[in-house]
Amino acid sequence: MKKLLTATLVIGLCSAFTAQVQATPEDDLKTFRTYYEKRFPNTPFNDFINGVYSIDPASREQWEEIEEFPPYELSLDNGKKLFNAPFANGKTYASCFENGGEGIANRYPFFDKASGKVITLEAAINACRESNGEKPLSYKKGAIADISAYMHYTSRGNIINVIVPDDPRAQAIYEEGKKIFFAKRGQLNMSCADCHVHNSGNKIRADLLSPAIGHTSHFPVYRSAWGELGTLHRRYDGCNKQVRAKPYKAQGPEYTALEYFEAHMSNGLEINGPGSRK
Amino acid sequence: MRHTASKILLSACSVAVITGTLLIAPSGASAAEETTVEKGKALAFDRKLGNCLACHAIEGGELPGNIGPPLVSMKLRFPDKEALRAQIYDSNVRNPNSIMPPFGRFNILSGEQIDQIVEYVYSL
Ligand code: HEC
Ligand code: HEC
Repeated sequence: MKKLLTATLVIGLCSAFTAQVQATPEDDLKTFRTYYEKRFPNTPFNDFINGVYSIDPASREQWEEIEEFPPYELSLDNGKKLFNAPFANGKTYASCFENGGEGIANRYPFFDKASGKVITLEAAINACRESNGEKPLSYKKGAIADISAYMHYTSRGNIINVIVPDDPRAQAIYEEGKKIFFAKRGQLNMSCADCHVHNSGNKIRADLLSPAIGHTSHFPVYRSAWGELGTLHRRYDGCNKQVRAKPYKAQGPEYTALEYFEAHMSNGLEINGPGSRK
Repeated sequence: MRHTASKILLSACSVAVITGTLLIAPSGASAAEETTVEKGKALAFDRKLGNCLACHAIEGGELPGNIGPPLVSMKLRFPDKEALRAQIYDSNVRNPNSIMPPFGRFNILSGEQIDQIVEYVYSL
């Protein structure tokens, strides 16, 4: 009976996403949220920021113990130091951001009207460096992850609010991200949605699959598998490789669009980055 | 309910496997010579090849996933062995949205490897 119910919901979402070609980002958000709320009725809405731990009491306890002495603490300290260290010209990161860069991660990525591009927080960090005559940092780990972690830390508790404005350029990037999310790729022929929508809560081997809602809330993440902090695009890279698909470039147009889509789908949830995961 | 049924099927299935081994053993097949069924099992369990356990519970397989149905009593499920082969060769024919990789169509496994897996799965 329960199995049957789940199956019906999956079909419901598929058709909602495929049939309504004209679905607005707001329609998608509603469909997405309703789907996960029905699939995981025991998970309070804001708990989706905790990934698999929001749906798996067994592993949650262990994770909560880890979070008491967070493995990302050193990176966070380093991120704060880097964030406040002056560039060669004497200015700091604070000069590039609203509110001195504090408590603003929940508004990223955002659509920039002037350039017609979507700007992620990591891209903004590098743009800040370059406009101050500094070399850009490499995107998947290291200093950029530490700085981003600090900026997320000062944004903890703020509600994700990623707007897709009524501008054809913004809509096109959003649609591109949505397409990538639902497209089967790689030699194993799987989409993000195959694992994180249709099979969220199921196990692939011993691994429970997280719901996609809330995916962006807690990055950068310290993964024990990495032994260090990594950015969201590093995680995307790993998920693509798992299905033997060629990963896109970190901060390239594809992953930026994908992040725009996933972040918009996480609207209404709190920022709780940096996080820790297996 | 369904769960109980598959448990029963699973134990019925293990009896069949044991009987099978007993029958083969005295016939003097050398240890080096793997049967087709054994080759198929090795392919099915190998994480880099079939990796069927990622999604299916299979008798004797540890830490299986639960994305697909348990592979039990396959002769009953697939009276036509060709239909079983077709499911493994290209799952998207029966279900265009299947998460199961199209092992043959995407050259994940060779035709011979698929044949061996079919023999193994048919023995379940
Ligand atoms: C073959 C299955 C599979 C596919 C396909 C897949 N993932 Fe994953 N993904 C996993 C597993 C397993 C994990 C680790 C457990 C978890 O957190 O879900 C994971 C983790 C993640 C995480 C981290 C979750 C967290 O709480 O920290 C993100 C983000 C993610 N995947 C996004 C994606 C995106 C985007 C795609 C498509 C480009 C994708 N995944 C495709 C299996 C998959
Ligand atoms: C990533 C997940 C995944 C992997 C890996 C996978 N399968 Fe499947 N399999 C499924 C799903 C889901 C179904 C249900 C039908 C469908 O959607 O195609 C299925 C259905 C089947 C069926 C039909 C079962 C029935 O009772 O109708 C057989 C047989 C099967 N798989 C065999 C295999 C074999 C053999 C392998 C490895 C070589 C394998 N599968 C690997 C997900 C998977």
